Amino acid sequence: MTGAAPQAMAVARALSLVMREDRGRLMAALVARLGDFQRAEDALQEAGISALLHWGRSGLPDSPRAWLLKVAGRKALDRLRAEGRSARREAALAQFAVLETVEATEDISDERLRLIFPCCHPALEEKSRVALTLRTVCGLTTEEIARMFLDTASTMGQRLSRAKSKIALAGIPFAVPGPEEWDDRLRTVLTTIYLIFTTGYTAGPDEPRNLCAEAIFLCRLLLALRPGQAEIEGALALMLLTDARCAARIGADGASVPPGEQDRALWDTQCLNEGRALLHTALLRKRAGPFQIKAAISACQMADTGPDWPQILQLYTVLVTLEPTAVVRLNHAVALAETGHVEAAQAVITRLQPELDGFQPLHAAAAVIHARAGAWDEARRNGLAAIEGAEREADRLLLRKLLQGLGSAGRGPTSAFDTISMFTGERVMRDDDLARPVGGENGLGSHGGNDLA
Amino acid sequence: MQYMLLIYTSPDAEPVYGTPEFQAMMQGFTDFNDRAQADGVLRGGEALQGIETATSLRLRGGKVETMDGPFAETREHLGGYYILELPDLDAALRYAALLPVAAWGTIEVRPLMSYNPANL
Repeated sequence: MTGAAPQAMAVARALSLVMREDRGRLMAALVARLGDFQRAEDALQEAGISALLHWGRSGLPDSPRAWLLKVAGRKALDRLRAEGRSARREAALAQFAVLETVEATEDISDERLRLIFPCCHPALEEKSRVALTLRTVCGLTTEEIARMFLDTASTMGQRLSRAKSKIALAGIPFAVPGPEEWDDRLRTVLTTIYLIFTTGYTAGPDEPRNLCAEAIFLCRLLLALRPGQAEIEGALALMLLTDARCAARIGADGASVPPGEQDRALWDTQCLNEGRALLHTALLRKRAGPFQIKAAISACQMADTGPDWPQILQLYTVLVTLEPTAVVRLNHAVALAETGHVEAAQAVITRLQPELDGFQPLHAAAAVIHARAGAWDEARRNGLAAIEGAEREADRLLLRKLLQGLGSAGRGPTSAFDTISMFTGERVMRDDDLARPVGGENGLGSHGGNDLA
Repeated sequence: MQYMLLIYTSPDAEPVYGTPEFQAMMQGFTDFNDRAQADGVLRGGEALQGIETATSLRLRGGKVETMDGPFAETREHLGGYYILELPDLDAALRYAALLPVAAWGTIEVRPLMSYNPANL
């Protein structure tokens, strides 16, 4: 009896570590052979239960990952046999016969790229893509994902099982898309990963699993599996540059701080340098895309001599043609105002007003732009609307500070818009957001999938 | 797998008979048929008469209720369908994008239900 409890604990810890670190690879290998998410998930869970028994008795295998895959494969076959579904069983048997010849010490090939694409398929709802990717590739539990969305675990469980069942019934392939679809599908994957990042950035560091870190992990994984892709490099650069500012984005008074006014000593230099270097590499490939442009804008915000607004304006002028979403058009208008084209900026805002009335980022941008023009009443009216619609207390505080500064001592407000808008316009939709004011205008470009209604 | 491509379009968005746009639409459907036929994936497909010809029926308390008109009054009407035999949804979506109506209407892609337990 001596030592049995500590040993059981050690085995359980080792198992949960493998399940967390290697869940993505294991799921990818199993889904590839079974062609079904739910079966793969069930088989892996059963293999975990077996591992607790066997590893406790005979110690940890040389390669826990290979052991789990082999046992999960057997469990899946047992189930298929019990169900007596011959065609599926024959196909799976052939697949798993190969596995049986693999020595337990050998490593399994990384098929996670084939897992990411069905998880981020445009035929799934945006929120389901995010949840399924976090569950399947990152190994978060259903409870952890539910917390991120402020959903109950059972609601999230239903969402995940609906998504898995749609993949199976609608025949969403477990495959990396071919060259003709690659660009569109990659954009959907990167957008999903970026939504995971912005959700984490908005939630703050209190969450048990850091979604910013998960998103950066996913992007690094994607880049490792498909090196040399400029847009993947651009997306990773954008996330690293944004993450570098994480500690500086909220001031001592609890208010958001625009990038141009942040305490640079608080920036993570390692992150910043890696982001800059990646962006440089990406741009040399001469295959521009929205993520590279957004990363370049972020880099210009963080230029050594302060925000480089003329360059930022040029970048938004290009971005607005590639991705004419509401948030991008508003940011473009702010960049116009920041470079002295105040009347042009006001014209853009006036044009967007009827279409976007009530949309918080519109009012935040309008407040900044009208204040630049000295139109204090308009600035105040929009500022109040922006405060009312702001999601985070830190943004409300910043907007209040801007309103207090209006018209006093001839000091115009500094542009806080970038911090306020970036993470309200592009984020994961929650169920209570269905009545959102701008259909499909959440930074998804033409691939939104939700704007058919 | 078999997929049904349901073609929805609103009549006022459609090209007018006799115009070059109408001609282009006809050519688009011909090209689609030829392509699906040549690829060996075409299992069926028909166009429907307009909704003004539709009659809807239901049985309530053992009584037949018959109504003039389609099941639901929507701006976009079901105008026709194709059934294609394809390996997966991505292939079905590729064919859906080839339909001329995709440019102004909506194509709904639905897998057919299979009753063969061996293929479940």
